Amino acid sequence: MQQPLYSITALFDTPDEIIHAAEATSTSGYSVYDVHTPYPVHGMDHAMHLKTSKIGYFAFAFGLLGALSAVSFISWVTLSDYPLVIGGKPFWSWPAFVPVSFELTVLLASVLSTLAMIVLYFKFPNNAHPLHDTHYMKCVSSDKFGLSIQAEDPKFDEKKVREFIASIGGKEITPVFIDPEESTHGQKLFDLKFIGVLVVVALTVSVATYITLNKLLYMQPFNWMMLQNKLKAQQSSVLFKDGIGMRQPVEGTVARGFMPYPFKGKPEEAGKYLMNPLLPTKEVLEQGKSRYLTFCSPCHGNFARGDSRLQGQFPNPPTLHSDKVRNWPDGRIYHVITEGQNAMPSYAPQISSEDRWAIINYLRVLQRAQNVKESDLK
Amino acid sequence: MNGQQSSAELLKKPLPANVSKIGWGLILFGTVCCVLGFMMDVRLASFVQLMNFLFLTSIGIGALFLVALEYIAGAVWSVPIRRVNEFLASLIPIAALMAVPLFFHLHELYQWVNAGTVSQDVVLKMKEPYLNVNFFTIRFVVVFGMWTLFFYLFTHNSLRQDIDKNRNHTKFNIGLAAAYMPIFAVGLTIVAIDWAMSLEPHWYSTIYGVYYFAGTVLAGVSTATYITVKLHEHGFFPRLRRDHFYSLGTLMFVFVNFWAYIAFSQFLLIWYANLPEETTWFIARWKNGWEYISVLLIVVHFAVPYFMLLSQDSKMDLKRLKFISIWILFAHLLDLYWLVMPSYSVSPVFSWMEIGFPLLSVGLVIVIFVWKMKRQNLIPVGDPKLQRGLEFRL
Repeated sequence: MQQPLYSITALFDTPDEIIHAAEATSTSGYSVYDVHTPYPVHGMDHAMHLKTSKIGYFAFAFGLLGALSAVSFISWVTLSDYPLVIGGKPFWSWPAFVPVSFELTVLLASVLSTLAMIVLYFKFPNNAHPLHDTHYMKCVSSDKFGLSIQAEDPKFDEKKVREFIASIGGKEITPVFIDPEESTHGQKLFDLKFIGVLVVVALTVSVATYITLNKLLYMQPFNWMMLQNKLKAQQSSVLFKDGIGMRQPVEGTVARGFMPYPFKGKPEEAGKYLMNPLLPTKEVLEQGKSRYLTFCSPCHGNFARGDSRLQGQFPNPPTLHSDKVRNWPDGRIYHVITEGQNAMPSYAPQISSEDRWAIINYLRVLQRAQNVKESDLK
Repeated sequence: MNGQQSSAELLKKPLPANVSKIGWGLILFGTVCCVLGFMMDVRLASFVQLMNFLFLTSIGIGALFLVALEYIAGAVWSVPIRRVNEFLASLIPIAALMAVPLFFHLHELYQWVNAGTVSQDVVLKMKEPYLNVNFFTIRFVVVFGMWTLFFYLFTHNSLRQDIDKNRNHTKFNIGLAAAYMPIFAVGLTIVAIDWAMSLEPHWYSTIYGVYYFAGTVLAGVSTATYITVKLHEHGFFPRLRRDHFYSLGTLMFVFVNFWAYIAFSQFLLIWYANLPEETTWFIARWKNGWEYISVLLIVVHFAVPYFMLLSQDSKMDLKRLKFISIWILFAHLLDLYWLVMPSYSVSPVFSWMEIGFPLLSVGLVIVIFVWKMKRQNLIPVGDPKLQRGLEFRL
């Protein structure tokens, strides 16, 4: 069966020859032809009378896309999704965005314009080409320079082209034919079988990689800190009868500073029976102030007005200057700190018993300062 | 093409006489401006003259950097136009002369010259071993002396090569370029720190020298580009191709980006850390009207040249290259204004001096270039890389 002709190819020995050949080919009116060289030859664009590549516009558009997506994403994160104060700067601090936006601009511009080149110029997904697997292609990918004038050219006439190429010094003038089977490779890419094979290969490779790296070849760089002869919290043990590694305190004893709280769930009784053991001396108030500013002020505000940064974002933290809190006995407030209330969690693990009483003393000072009696002004 | 004809069209030709006249006119006008300026307002004139001195230094030293860069990188494309840079590099000793009037008015410019201020100021006292007039003068003489010496060696070898066509001159100049690079870098940092950064002696930035470097290379490249294009249009470089102009345009584009990169790096670190002793310099440039100059600088020095040079065609378009190289020179002058003048006044001031003084520099560039062109070949005919350079293709 006679296969259709794709092109007439010829080989040249030096870059100078191929430049002159390209120049001669374009000036004698051929337009559908290509040149293949093992490395980029300077001046080829000019010799082939090529127009400037359009890829630059793609790169510009993709770069713009990268910059805009970076800026809009960072703006969304910092303004609405997760606003964080960093270094006392405004949420939308554009200088900090520049490096990341720059990186994304470069990344998208380079990666996407490469993809655009593959799709537009290499006609992806059609990866077949009549020149593949020819002697010509072997030569031009090692040490020869090739010229291929295609049959699609309007001026194409096999005999004349052969004569023309011979006249400009081309060697090994060979015709290349189109293999009809090969030209359908593009459709084969979306064949169900092919995609199935791809999926199987991808899964096999992923699983094999996972097993190899995480099970077979897993090595600890050093293990003398990881493997110690001791029990960690929550581990079981064969030493003790009950098989539990963590021990309970001896019966009838209490750890220092960990007196059990007797008024669990009984706020009124706590208010009635608990007394503040500390006097409001200067030292105690200083201690209470420092603990208050550490643990309480983030929600209740520096002056206990409930005007912290959480105001309006949370179940509103209450003011501690309400009549209710002011009229509570110290023990009642102690109960709230110890047990928590509504959205407020228990602060017993963080604040020691003594500090809780000191905080209450300091809170009384704040309340008094905010609700001055007439006698204070005299 | 035969060798005889090609070397004939490379030989020297005189420039039109009116170019030299324009140059002398500008020098005359600029000198009158300088003298008047120093008579009317010594303090302002000193600051403007400092700007002017740094401007001329930028052009000269940027051009010599390009010469050294060509040797050290083995560049081929720039060989035919290397003489333009060599001629411009002869401005280095002239620039040193521009600094002479400043030495009589150092107390107008720098706080650290004043012994009374230094004795009251802990920071200045600590910096005194470096920032004192004697050492300052020594550094100035040594740096400009070294630069002039290297300029002489480079051009001397290059000129001898025109006659004896000896390849060894190129080899020697490559070694010279390698030795010159660290001297250039350290010298440039010293000049930038001594003359510009020490205007605000409490403030410091480790990237300041690099910042000035970006400006100097831009000034060098854009002056060389303008002159090359202008000469090409008048038939002096008949065999330059658009490939050569594309390379010049690319170099300008690169350093426009480099300048922005360095300027932003300096700003980002100081802005992020937010340390009071470092932010003062930027705060001074962000209030009392200086913020408009700062924004203008970003637009003029980065945004406009960036977009004008972005596309491939624009780097080959001679008209646009001429425009943009003059634009960048102006931008560099604005950059120096932005570096120097906030130390003069808390809000920006413009006077006739900012225009008048730089005209002296422009005149000097023209006159020196014409003078050099009369005596020396415009094209290094003896360079072994010349033929390849002329045939350079992208």
